[in-house]
Amino acid sequence: MIEVKNLHKSFGEDEILKGIDTEFYQGKTNLIIGQSGAGKTVFLKCLLGLFKPTEGAIEYNGKAYSSLDNEKQLELRTEMGMVFQGGALFDSMTIAENVMFPLRMFTKQKKAEMMDRVEEVLTRVDLQNVNHKFPSEISGGMQKRVAIARAIVNKPKYLFCDEPNSGLDPKTAILIDNLIQEITKENDITTVINTHDMNSVLEIGENIVYLKDGNLEWNGSKDEIYRTDNKSLADFVYSSNLFKKVREAQLKGL
Amino acid sequence: MKYLHDIGEYFIMLKKVFGRMTKTSVMRGLIFKEIDDLIISSLGIVVFISFFIGGVVTIQTALNLNNPLIPKSLIAFTARQSIILEFSPTFISIIMAGKVGSNITSSIGTMRVMEQIDALEVMGINSANYLIFPKIIAMLFYPFVIAISMFMGIVGAYLAGVLGGFVAGEQFLNGLQNDFISFHLVYAFIKTFFFALILATIPAYHGYYMKGGALEVGKASTTAFVWTSVVLIIANYLLTQLLLS
Repeated sequence: MIEVKNLHKSFGEDEILKGIDTEFYQGKTNLIIGQSGAGKTVFLKCLLGLFKPTEGAIEYNGKAYSSLDNEKQLELRTEMGMVFQGGALFDSMTIAENVMFPLRMFTKQKKAEMMDRVEEVLTRVDLQNVNHKFPSEISGGMQKRVAIARAIVNKPKYLFCDEPNSGLDPKTAILIDNLIQEITKENDITTVINTHDMNSVLEIGENIVYLKDGNLEWNGSKDEIYRTDNKSLADFVYSSNLFKKVREAQLKGL
Repeated sequence: MKYLHDIGEYFIMLKKVFGRMTKTSVMRGLIFKEIDDLIISSLGIVVFISFFIGGVVTIQTALNLNNPLIPKSLIAFTARQSIILEFSPTFISIIMAGKVGSNITSSIGTMRVMEQIDALEVMGINSANYLIFPKIIAMLFYPFVIAISMFMGIVGAYLAGVLGGFVAGEQFLNGLQNDFISFHLVYAFIKTFFFALILATIPAYHGYYMKGGALEVGKASTTAFVWTSVVLIIANYLLTQLLLS
């Protein structure tokens, strides 16, 4: 579990996060949503330790990141997996080398053992016969799968995803969402997803954190979101006619 | 103020480069790859330029020595001094600032834009060490490039002088050995060592801290070339003052 306590983050005079208190639960898909400029990416980067909070604390299973010494922070980082928006795969490496990278860096496994694990995770994300290809030779959806495979290859306790289905067609986007949810359940990990995609919100949102202007505006599940009386959230989630109709149908119990 | 900030940030980056080290087996592979990318792949252009500039220096010197009292061997002496003291260490380094420097800035800058540096950091890897340290170690082989440049410059000078009929072969070889001061070679290689560090780290700084997208990668490469050249010229003056005066 990740606990966020009174998190503030400023860049100069500009305060992006204005005191966020929330929790992200183990074994659940936790979503951060909000309009562009709401502070989602800054929040995610604070969770990842890429940005140092101006004030407040982030605790991973009860341990505050900032209170850990360098070695412990490094140890904690190795327990994190991250799926970046663009995949962030290393262009000069093959798919197998990309997925193997965390194992090469942090384990003393032999190459055969690492290759077995690579095969295992690539099979888990439904990718076969791509080991020797380079990232530029596969599609965007496949790149996202490789990024997920790389993120989980070292069996992380925390999985972070930054808009994992942006730029994908609706069918592939749902496949990626479902894959992340399945992996979360199978491995009992704490997954935090930063997303704009309302399909994802209504499909896999078990714990949703809605940010507005750097504040925590609303916190709940996908079932609660249908009945929300928070106008800002309703305007954001049900901005399209399709989603308005979905909501009406849900409320009528159809 | 911005310059002071940039200088401070550059030294912070250097501290980070020599901070937590990447696993030795991985680093070994990275160093070999950088030696290939930065050193071996530069040899062709260095040999080509050095050979022809050596020839040009010889022809220009010969055409300016009209006085029959001045021995022709002075042509070789002048070519040797120009190539060893200035052309190979300094001007090849400025050319390398364009070739190697832009390679370093654009490769690191593209990794920044594509979030690959963030990916390394999230994995718990010291990205500055992983990306920049192998380039610095590879550039320690740079004096070999300059040695080859000196050799090819002198070969070019010899061929242009002798085949062009400006000086006899024996006279050229005599001139080449006249008043040879071995410290001049030491001076040239000391300069080269400092230039290698400048060539590896200033472009790396511009790539590592770049912000923006693909367009900014191009701008960062240009800025890196300008600043690397400026620092090379200033370092050249200071080292010459310190070592030769």
